[in-house]
Amino acid sequence: MRLPKLLRPFEPLLTPMRPNERFRPGFWTYLFGVIVAAGAVVTVLRFWKGLGAVTNLSDKFPWGLWVGFDVLCGVALAAGGFTITAAVYVFNLKRFKPIVRPTVLTAFLGYTLVAVGLMYDLGKPWNIWHPMVMWNPRSPMFEVGWCVMLYLTVLALEFSGIVFEKLGWKKASAVQHAATVPLVIAGAIISTLHQSSLGSFYLITPGKLHPLWYTPLLPWMFYFSAIAAGLAMMIVESRLSSRAFGRGLEMPLLQSLAKGVVVALGFYATVRLADMARLGVLGEVFAGTREARFFQLEMAIGVILPIVLLSLPAVRRNTERLFRASLLVVAGLVVNRLNVSLTGFEGAQGGHYVPSVGEGIITLMLVGIGMAVFGLAVRYLPIMEKVEEPELVASTEPSPARALTAVPLRS
Amino acid sequence: MAFLPNPKSRALLFDVTRCVGCQECAKACKASHEFPGTGEETELDATTYTVVLDKGEDRYLRRMCMHCADPSCVSACPVGAFTKTELGPVVYDADKCMGCRYCMIACPFNVPRYEWSKTIPVVRKCDGCFERQKEGQPTACTEACPAEATVGGTREEMLAEAKKRIAENPGTYHPVIYGENEVGGTNVFVLSPVPFEQLGMRTNLGNDPMPNLTWAALSKIPKIVAGGAVGLSAIYWITHRRDQVAAAEHAEKE
Repeated sequence: MRLPKLLRPFEPLLTPMRPNERFRPGFWTYLFGVIVAAGAVVTVLRFWKGLGAVTNLSDKFPWGLWVGFDVLCGVALAAGGFTITAAVYVFNLKRFKPIVRPTVLTAFLGYTLVAVGLMYDLGKPWNIWHPMVMWNPRSPMFEVGWCVMLYLTVLALEFSGIVFEKLGWKKASAVQHAATVPLVIAGAIISTLHQSSLGSFYLITPGKLHPLWYTPLLPWMFYFSAIAAGLAMMIVESRLSSRAFGRGLEMPLLQSLAKGVVVALGFYATVRLADMARLGVLGEVFAGTREARFFQLEMAIGVILPIVLLSLPAVRRNTERLFRASLLVVAGLVVNRLNVSLTGFEGAQGGHYVPSVGEGIITLMLVGIGMAVFGLAVRYLPIMEKVEEPELVASTEPSPARALTAVPLRS
Repeated sequence: MAFLPNPKSRALLFDVTRCVGCQECAKACKASHEFPGTGEETELDATTYTVVLDKGEDRYLRRMCMHCADPSCVSACPVGAFTKTELGPVVYDADKCMGCRYCMIACPFNVPRYEWSKTIPVVRKCDGCFERQKEGQPTACTEACPAEATVGGTREEMLAEAKKRIAENPGTYHPVIYGENEVGGTNVFVLSPVPFEQLGMRTNLGNDPMPNLTWAALSKIPKIVAGGAVGLSAIYWITHRRDQVAAAEHAEKE
């Protein structure tokens, strides 16, 4: 395919990493098509008739699935982005290098989708830029807004290296490479701030948020749980993409990740339970209330079970078991965030919130788009393995042979 | 960075023992804002800024924005759409609002309401008749009340009046002025013959402004940024220094 002259330097992007690979639409492709079609209808209704027309949001439950899942879980599950890059570039744990690129891609897509999800949830999304000029430093939402903007920029810059490499832009690559460590450090700091600040949102709601979840340490709880779940997410994602793209799994690496998950979860569980004991709310766990059951669910599937399972070498060594145990951590994180944002408010607000079909469709669509774009990126960009071009001449003629040349990882 | 109540700001005093439940205040509120509805609603909504609730035993309770001295909504709003005015009322600028609805989550009294059915929705809540009070007029609800159950004045006047009523009528009142200290003080006071929880009011609010709770976390940001930058740079230096040393030793051996 030839592009117009102006765009010709970008032509290498159109060559798949594996030119012989054919794209065959299957069940998931068609399902994705159906969800996007339904999503388009909901989108029109949402922006034409307002939030009330497609959501079950109300004055009692002003935040629903789009905040609880799309924003809170989206950001938390993208936490692998800052932990893995920091592990590799700051802590010099080189063995994690093969998953840096998929992790950065996941984080970049995750945060982009959080931003897109916000466009649905905000009543006046065209004012989303207002925090840039209308400052209120006392607001955690103001801080998160700034952090997400800055972190998206950092992720875009981190990701740009992958694109420069494919384009063969040596100078841009060199500049990007030189900036990597400062970018990674900035990313880690910004992530620490906003991952925790999502928890700070709820510090202002004592008496409204159920005592099983309300604690002055909520920012820390959000931070620690995001680190654990972000790492588990990388195992889940490696497994999914290895299946989808027929690539091998780096089992020793995933096993190290799994050990990291156990340590992070163990730390989180200790702090969480000690804090609950300190606040004297451990009795609430067995109070037999609806909240207690949701808390038990969250802790059982997201913390206790995975700690036990991932501590067993037999689970860590088996691809399938490792995947399932990690999936539990991810599911537990989702339950936790929905508990904090929804279950925990039902008592004080009086009533229940169940997301509408429209809210569900948009959420599914965003997840689907994320997976589809991930697939496209893997197909066209050097994400999964380090692919280098032997001759970085100023040629814009991409040759399949060149794109296929894989060189060993630089250590 | 808490904000203390301003004794000279405008405040309201609502007295449950005087209210006859006529709902004239709610009707006047509707009329002055040109809102639809009867004034007999039992829950706040986007076009109902105040309601009179029948609590049984001939007791009636008004619900409205408490106009806190250090309001949660003001601190929560990422774009500063809410302002605690010198005059007293907490007002809202719809042009700034981006519709995140964090104010609704944050408000300890569950007051702000949203226009869920509108294409371009805004937050709605009692504005303390800011425009009227600015001109020295009373709020619409105060003016309409036939029983002087709602009266207006400066915050110190209203507090003095409330204390006087409690002192002069032994046994009539639960001896607490709701709003004097709750969440750091409000510009709406409630006097009741019974403890406030019996009227369904929140009594677990504490006397500290709620924004202090979020500020306790946010004020640590500079430390985290500085500590993170120094700490991570140091770790980078140490871990990579080890590599350099190893490489140098390796070179020496060869």
